[in-house]
Amino acid sequence: MLRISTFRRGGVHPHDRKELSKNSPIEVLPMPSSLVVPMSQHLGAPARLVKAKGDVVQRGEMIGQASSFVSADVHSPVSGTITEVTRIRLANGASCEAVVIRPDEIQGEMFTVRHDWKSEDPKALLDTIRRMGIVGMGGATFPAHVKFAIPEGRKVEALVVNGVECEPYLTSDYRSMMERADETLEGIMILSRILSPARIVIGIEANKMDAARLLDDRAREHGYPIEVQPLKMKYPQGDEKQLIKATTGREVPSGKLPIDVGAVVCNIGTAYAIYEACVFHKPLIERVVTVSGEGIAHPRNILAPIGAKAGDLIAFAGGYSRDDVDRLVSGGPMMGFSFADEDAPVTKGTSGILALVDEPVETGVCVSCGKCVSHCPMGLMPNRMFRNIKYGNYQAALDMGLLDCKECGCCAFICPAHLPLVQGFKLGKKMGRRK
Amino acid sequence: MKIVSASPHVHTTMDIRRSMLFVIIALLPSCLWGVYAFGLRALVVLLVSVASALLSEYLLGLIDKKNTLPDLSATVTGLLIGMNMPPAIPLYIPVIASFFAIFVVKWTFGGLGCNWMNPALAGRVFVFFSFSSAMSTFSAPRALAADALASATPLSAVKTAISGGMQNLDYQGVMDQLGYGTTSIAQSIGGALGISPYTVDAFLGNVGGCIGEVSALLLLVGGIFLIATKVITWHIPVVYLGSFALLSWVFGGIRSGMGLFSGEVLMPLFTGGLMLGAFFMATDWVTTPTTKKGEVIFAIGCGFFTFLIRYFGSLAEGVSLAIILMNILTPTIDRYVRPRRFGYVKPVKEAKKK
Repeated sequence: MLRISTFRRGGVHPHDRKELSKNSPIEVLPMPSSLVVPMSQHLGAPARLVKAKGDVVQRGEMIGQASSFVSADVHSPVSGTITEVTRIRLANGASCEAVVIRPDEIQGEMFTVRHDWKSEDPKALLDTIRRMGIVGMGGATFPAHVKFAIPEGRKVEALVVNGVECEPYLTSDYRSMMERADETLEGIMILSRILSPARIVIGIEANKMDAARLLDDRAREHGYPIEVQPLKMKYPQGDEKQLIKATTGREVPSGKLPIDVGAVVCNIGTAYAIYEACVFHKPLIERVVTVSGEGIAHPRNILAPIGAKAGDLIAFAGGYSRDDVDRLVSGGPMMGFSFADEDAPVTKGTSGILALVDEPVETGVCVSCGKCVSHCPMGLMPNRMFRNIKYGNYQAALDMGLLDCKECGCCAFICPAHLPLVQGFKLGKKMGRRK
Repeated sequence: MKIVSASPHVHTTMDIRRSMLFVIIALLPSCLWGVYAFGLRALVVLLVSVASALLSEYLLGLIDKKNTLPDLSATVTGLLIGMNMPPAIPLYIPVIASFFAIFVVKWTFGGLGCNWMNPALAGRVFVFFSFSSAMSTFSAPRALAADALASATPLSAVKTAISGGMQNLDYQGVMDQLGYGTTSIAQSIGGALGISPYTVDAFLGNVGGCIGEVSALLLLVGGIFLIATKVITWHIPVVYLGSFALLSWVFGGIRSGMGLFSGEVLMPLFTGGLMLGAFFMATDWVTTPTTKKGEVIFAIGCGFFTFLIRYFGSLAEGVSLAIILMNILTPTIDRYVRPRRFGYVKPVKEAKKK
């Protein structure tokens, strides 16, 4: 295998805690008594509800239609009846329209017929991806058909597949790679047909060398032109820009997109979703969710239908193991959202649900140690941007590159005074935009 | 109760208090050596310095209605002041130094994180110029107790001799002429390695000087501990020592009339407060630049000024003044030296477009 590479600047090394759920195979969540399917599970405009209360829906039937260019269809994860149309609050704090579905007792076998994707042309495949409501499953949930529609005249030099999973605790991508290696690789080949890249590379961090070796072996066996690139462990390597830097050596210019340096990034989970979409015409209606954290009795990886409530997954993982669980997090601990309501549903972007125990964090004063500066992967100066935002000088923060900040949390993680730097930058971006 | 807060939800355990604790741990070997070399009197000086720093911090905390003692920064300041005192110093001097450091230098500017000058160094410099003779009276270390000359620090002994007209001699020559003592261990190690026994003694800590600055070896151990635990990075100490050593080698011989490239390197590195300064004072978080590039500039400046003061100034020792000078320049360095942003593209100038 190749030499181990990484991105050069910044980054931190949080304890990865993956051992909690690493060896638990993917298990299917028993059908919950009701599902809450939100219309906004992706970046962009929410889907428009096309069903009404009382309607009977089939598993995989469209219930929400993309309402604009950057938007995605939403499908019913089960066969059942819509009992209610309501507004709910998602784990990320946003409020949106949602339908409550009562599943039928008996769920028929569906999506078992294989389709031959190799004979379809790339445009048709991209359209299938659109119709199946695929979004980026790494967390940003950008609609896949928009991301993979390469502008006329651009050439994809590298398709970078993101198997990094650099967030602590999360093991859903790892389990996917271990248990669905062939399917995932086929998904990548479908994407390769759409993009026709000069080179395909899967980036995997060194704490998952078994997955790297497995994918490398399988790819060789199938004769796929896929390289597996092991990467040194470092957060935030799973970020698009850092991953492109680590695998291709190119830097995406500030304010530009990966395609501007000829790269397209796709998550491992997305590759599997593309496989299911193009081979079985199965929409994105379920996903692997890691339920973990010190407060979970039996951390595990659960294949859950979209719309299952966080509480259902936590109960399936044995419930809480201790009383001092003070924080539920959707996603990873570095960039995920903390939420209080256990009824918040799993969405297309929910990679994990974590129950974290109290971590005594006291906010101090900035001592100008410069750790945030030297650990910022984007080469920003978090200390000075934060100070400007604190005093309401949003324009000065923007001039220092605030919009390059992707809220990866390295600065706030490493800050010895535990300053809420990321919170400040979120505020600063909002206020800066308002002007 | 579930808490909702902004990401990230995990943090490093290396907070301010823990870092300060690590600094104290790193300083302890050198302190213990000072107590061993200069006797219990040295311990009293250290304790008085720390106690008066803590008391100042506590009393000022009463005004602000907050207790800042647990962050341990006052302890570090007090300890550093004690380590920068000659062993036989009258006890009111470290008290004044601690009070000046905590009250004038730190508190009046807003407390931890707001001072623009290293409090311990400022305290030391303040009493140095106020009580010059007490601050320049040293005692001989235990190993050289029989030797009257050894109560002068090697730096001041050499400087006095050279300005007194002792030309064309290297350090060893000057020290030999003066009849400065060496320990038998240093003689055998020096003989085996082919370096001057004075250098070996300075490295081990068998020389006159301030309580905490004599043993270069133990300070080096403490400094490496701090780098290993990531409290500090290697940039400032290495560049500081490196630039100073380079300047000493190239220009250090001039004052003895020996021309370029004839200066001593090891002896100046191990004597005086250089090791203490480079690892523990010039790496102070608050008063040094926040960018790595800035830190390198800062360290080169420290090396340059230390060299200038030691070789061509009237004082024998220049570390504290050099670092303080660079502390003053720190905000300026931070204003102009910025890291290169990831994927930064130079904006096309408007004029060119038109």
